[in-house]
Amino acid sequence: MSMRTADMESRSERAASLAGRSSHAAWRKRKDALMQGVLFLALLLALIPLALILFEVFRRGASAMSWEFLTSVQSISMLRPGGGYLNGLFGTLYMVSIAVLISVPLGIGAAIYVVEYSSSRLVPFIQFFTDVMTGVPSIFVGLFIYTVLVQNGTGFSTLAGGLALSLLMLPIITRASEEVFRLVPDDLRNAAYGLGARRWQVILKVVLPTASSGLITATMLAVARAAGETAPLLLTALGAFRIVPELVGKPQSALPLIIFNEARGPFEAAHARAWAGALELMLLVLILTLLARRIGRRAQ
Amino acid sequence: MATEPAAAPRPRVPRKSSADEWFGRGLMLAGASVLLILAAMLISTTIEAWPVFVHEGLSFITSTDWDPGVSRSEITGDYGALAFIVGTLVTSGIALLIAVPLAVGSALFLTHVAPMQVRRPLTYAVELLAAVPSVVYGLWGLLFFVPVFLRPVMDFVAGTVGSVIPFLGGPVVTYNYFAASVVLAIMILPIITSVTREVMDNTPEAEIFGAYALGSTRWEMMREVVLPRARTGTIGATMLGLGRALGETIAVAMLIGGSQKIPASIFGGGQSMAGIIAVTFQEAAPENVRALLGVGVVLFVITVIVNMAARLIVRITGGRVAGDGSI
Repeated sequence: MSMRTADMESRSERAASLAGRSSHAAWRKRKDALMQGVLFLALLLALIPLALILFEVFRRGASAMSWEFLTSVQSISMLRPGGGYLNGLFGTLYMVSIAVLISVPLGIGAAIYVVEYSSSRLVPFIQFFTDVMTGVPSIFVGLFIYTVLVQNGTGFSTLAGGLALSLLMLPIITRASEEVFRLVPDDLRNAAYGLGARRWQVILKVVLPTASSGLITATMLAVARAAGETAPLLLTALGAFRIVPELVGKPQSALPLIIFNEARGPFEAAHARAWAGALELMLLVLILTLLARRIGRRAQ
Repeated sequence: MATEPAAAPRPRVPRKSSADEWFGRGLMLAGASVLLILAAMLISTTIEAWPVFVHEGLSFITSTDWDPGVSRSEITGDYGALAFIVGTLVTSGIALLIAVPLAVGSALFLTHVAPMQVRRPLTYAVELLAAVPSVVYGLWGLLFFVPVFLRPVMDFVAGTVGSVIPFLGGPVVTYNYFAASVVLAIMILPIITSVTREVMDNTPEAEIFGAYALGSTRWEMMREVVLPRARTGTIGATMLGLGRALGETIAVAMLIGGSQKIPASIFGGGQSMAGIIAVTFQEAAPENVRALLGVGVVLFVITVIVNMAARLIVRITGGRVAGDGSI
């Protein structure tokens, strides 16, 4: 009798503990679902601003956009409607071209050195400080160019602005090209060496052509970054109201510079133009970025 | 992984030609240019700013008296940059508080929760945030996001919590520390997310399956396997984000309010280091320019230290994760 009750007791205990375990499992499942939801929410919160920005820039930009805006230079008065940012677009393209001419050979050269001459003791330092240089505040690059160039001859100018942008692009191009060169298979290099090619021949005739589309991607991403820069240009290009073909001696304009100046003022007409300018700049940057990704993906 | 694998052995070329040597030297020069430029940056700006450092001494970073003079050759004004240093540090700090949890959550979701087909497009969307120029963030914040979205939130917080906690109190001005911080948070989200994501992507599959085999739910697997492994990488990513936030100029300059004082509440206006340079440089007299260069040097030193630490941390984890992954 007593044995029987003991047995029953232990049975009910076991049942209770089983029930407990299953409720514990249910609780763990609920927690799992809850946490996955929280993580999803984090991503959602991160992406909402992107949607808001794109929507607002396209909505307000499109309503202020016009043929006149695209094809005329700034009018002197911020207060009145009319005029466009053609001088800024010209300046941006001009300075970015200069920056590309300087930073692409230098950056690709540095990347080749890092990858193909990896036994050099200099390489770890170059890699580390290239990484560090990507984090240098862009306004500080402007200050640097101001002290060495603007004060000593070029004045606020296209060249000074272009050089500032080139310094910002340099580490980006170097890092990205480095990755591209690492993707070139060693078999290709070995085959070229096997045919008796010298190192410079291998690099120029095998490695570079193989990597070319990846290098174009790297350059375009850097250009997209540089085209949107404002801070360094405040101290090097300064701004101008007309189209400035001069390389030195005359201040140059840029899209982000005009947007910055017009957005800060109190005038409705200037704000409308700033939105249109933002749309123009965003389209420039987004098209470059998307094209770069497409070329890059095809290369892989 | 973006960090360096052990260098693959390159084939040795027996003969050296002079063309090869010159080619190699040219490339070395290109590589060394980064080092030369960084050194030149620090030296040239420090030399220009030196008179101000001498004139102000330590009070350059401990005083809040910023009263520029107009002299061409000597230093006549007061240049205490503390208010701007505080502005930069506080806005970057708040930005991190907002961005890091969101970035870590997003990275976890992108690496271990989201269905395979949408991982790539979603990752791409987050990275698109980094492609938006900072002046566009500034414009958007100035004319839309802050007055329309944030202002009611800030008024509400200042009116309720703010009556208890002083640094959350009013009076609220529209453009202030907090407004700049929120937009800054959005701007640094992509870099923190993408570095964290890369680290989390490197979690060894064996450990993930092991956790599942022991009966873990997905969240338990992430908490016990992914997060602990990603901790150092996340710290590195956070510091990279901090570096970006400290140096960000235009968006902060447009949204922080432009006052040259340290506000009592995060809903008061102020100014950042990069902001004061951007906003006052064009009208500055020569002595004032030197002072702004000095602010730039301080900013440069802070960001470079933060970046170097961040890179070292990311590099260490990168190496370790890659090594363990081959087991």
